[in-house]
Amino acid sequence: MQKDHNTGGPPGPTGRIRHRKRSSEVSFDASKENGGHLLVDDQNKYKSMWIRLYSSLWMIGGFALIIYMGHLYICAMIVIIQIFMAKELFNLLRKAHEDRRLPGFRLLNWHFFFTVMLFVYGRILSQRLVNTVTSDKFLYQLVSSFIKYHMVTCYFLYIAGFMWFILTLKKKMYKYQFGQYAWTHMILIVVFTQSSFTVANIFEGIFWFLLPASLIVINDIAAYIVGFFFGRTPLIKLSPKKTWEGFIGASIITMISAFMLANFMGRFQWLTCPRKDLSAGWLHCDPGPLFKPETMSLPGWVPPWLPWRDFSIFPVQWHALWLGLFASIIAPFGGFFASGFKRAFKIKDFGDSIPGHGGITDRMDCQMVMAVFAYIYHQSFVVPQSLSVEMILEQILTNLSFEEQQDLYVRLGQIFQERLYGLS
Amino acid sequence: MDQSTSGTTTPRIRHRKRSSEVPAEVVKSNGVQLLVNDQNKYRSMWTRIHSSLWMVLGLVCVLYLGHLYIWAMVVVIQIFMARELFNLLRPANEDRRLPGFWLLNWHFFFTAMLFVYGRILSQQLVYTGASDKLFYKLTSVFVKYQMVICYFLYIAGFVWFILSLKKKMYKYQFGQYAWTHMILIVVFTQSSFTVANIFEGLFWFLLPAALIAVNDVAAYFFGFFFGKTPLIKLSPKKTWEGFIGASVATVISAFLLANVLGRYQWLTCPRKGLTTGWLRCDPDPLFKPEIYSFPDWVPQWFPWKEFSVLPVQWHALCLGLFASIIAPFGGFFASGFKRAFKIKDFGDSIPGHGGITDRMDCQILRNLNFGEQQALYMKLGQIFHERQFGHS
Repeated sequence: MQKDHNTGGPPGPTGRIRHRKRSSEVSFDASKENGGHLLVDDQNKYKSMWIRLYSSLWMIGGFALIIYMGHLYICAMIVIIQIFMAKELFNLLRKAHEDRRLPGFRLLNWHFFFTVMLFVYGRILSQRLVNTVTSDKFLYQLVSSFIKYHMVTCYFLYIAGFMWFILTLKKKMYKYQFGQYAWTHMILIVVFTQSSFTVANIFEGIFWFLLPASLIVINDIAAYIVGFFFGRTPLIKLSPKKTWEGFIGASIITMISAFMLANFMGRFQWLTCPRKDLSAGWLHCDPGPLFKPETMSLPGWVPPWLPWRDFSIFPVQWHALWLGLFASIIAPFGGFFASGFKRAFKIKDFGDSIPGHGGITDRMDCQMVMAVFAYIYHQSFVVPQSLSVEMILEQILTNLSFEEQQDLYVRLGQIFQERLYGLS
Repeated sequence: MDQSTSGTTTPRIRHRKRSSEVPAEVVKSNGVQLLVNDQNKYRSMWTRIHSSLWMVLGLVCVLYLGHLYIWAMVVVIQIFMARELFNLLRPANEDRRLPGFWLLNWHFFFTAMLFVYGRILSQQLVYTGASDKLFYKLTSVFVKYQMVICYFLYIAGFVWFILSLKKKMYKYQFGQYAWTHMILIVVFTQSSFTVANIFEGLFWFLLPAALIAVNDVAAYFFGFFFGKTPLIKLSPKKTWEGFIGASVATVISAFLLANVLGRYQWLTCPRKGLTTGWLRCDPDPLFKPEIYSFPDWVPQWFPWKEFSVLPVQWHALCLGLFASIIAPFGGFFASGFKRAFKIKDFGDSIPGHGGITDRMDCQILRNLNFGEQQALYMKLGQIFHERQFGHS
């Protein structure tokens, strides 16, 4: 797949989809001029593109199936993706000969991985876990005691790993071991921040997971196509095949599709309803004011012969515009970061799990930045908007533990008492 | 200095010896008398005692002044720690070619500070109330959008980092980026938990910190008089006798110290809001004395029949156990780190002791444990009546 770089003439800064070209992007700078026709000439290019297309279709198919199956399965998929990403990244920075002298070191990495997983998913899923097992007394007690001591358990697991690390320090390998320790932490932070936010988003409604992920994919594909036809000016030295034309064209296309995709997705209750517990069945709910269509009439300057006078818009579409803006402008930096990282450490790909695309981390680099943003956006701008008595009550019942609910009730009573006394 | 003379193992307090601990491998045997002979040793010990006294005095002053000032002290300590650690891993020549890089570190520091203290502040501001209209509005807007603001500040730093990547310096820059994150995590995790503890009651900050100091001093004395068997290769001057003696001493003093500290409302009351005045509160049941009578096998002539124990003293036993067994690993980590990167001390802010990080490494582990116990206790202490909830 690298052969196209060495064929004669000046290949150009044809901006293509990041994921399509990343595995054949040799990580050295090669300044290129434009020459789109080389694609047609090269048989190998067609074969590699066919492989990529094939695996892309399988990924999309698998993905659609999992969306159909539901929240729990999506979370399971994310956990699996996470494990693969961590495995790729752990493998990457490990010098094989030094590890032979340090037998327990790999196990230590996975110990930290397990601790962080327990911590992160315990926090996110604790309330929903409780809601699932309320019917069974014994399970309920088991689950509540786990949740109560969740933080202490995770802390002591971490301390056990910390002590293990210190006791395994070997003379003359100190620097290597400390470096590995730091990289383990960084890898776990990168992998778990984005997946924990993704999982939190999923339980708020699959819409908030599916829309950002789709926008990233659309951005990629649009950047490829626009760059292919119009690409001329290079964008950034880190990724010489990206162009300004591809970037701007993709931004516009992403925002427009965000607007329309939000309308399309907002019609399905399966996607818009939050999931309060860990069940897997069908979902019904009151969609909330964000997903109720509002009718807006076209402004006066639109010519009278246009047949439509009114059109209905979900308020969520305006939020989708902001998501689209972020996806097109900031999320690509996740890709630049990954490119720079690979160039810094002279790696071609993070792994080779996916034929034609490289490893899982290669696919996920922009998604990571987007997932965090989607969660923060949702928490800051969407949740406060949908406030009404029923909404707040639901949030209280979903997100607060039993004792916290009691506490809230007692405090509310006190505040009301004070007001009554103040007035009387 | 002393290692090169006849090779003696004098186990001493971790902090006392760290600044003169040269990271070279020396096998030692016992020989306590060398301490007496070395004039330099006396002078350096005098310097250490002198600065230790000033630190203790300063701490007592700040404690007297109150929660907000202690918070300020924690922030100042944090800034110094971060500065020492940032300085440590930066080869000076490479930074001359990367002008904005130093500033980037401090940008991330500022963002982390805004995030961590914004969360704590938002809880406290709720209690402070609407004293000044405009100020209150501004801060409530900040609190509402705190996550978004901090996130965008972080993203700005991230984008800045990517745009400043220079050819042939990629590996160095990525390494620095990772170290910046690790340093900020280490510094901010412990200080945010410390500050959270402070607002729960100064007791929960003072007791753990005091236990670490007691552990250090006790390890020194036990090692000095009884030290024979080396403890761990990382710190050759620590001994098993010092370790065990210090553990016993720490657990006992935890029990006694909790009794002494628990009598003062200034230390035991939680602080709600950002006020600085005197504190009065209904003391938590943890701090109300319970009477126990001695069991029958105690001889008749023993004058005391009963003794009062504050329930918090039992918790203090657990804290003491952690302080003596696990917290020293923070010191081993720092020793290993310095040995790995061939550093003698983290800094030189404190004469005789090294830098601030040298003082704080055990405190880090301490404070993390306590936050958990307290949160658990609060949750467990609440009672809920079904009827109240049903008949609203």
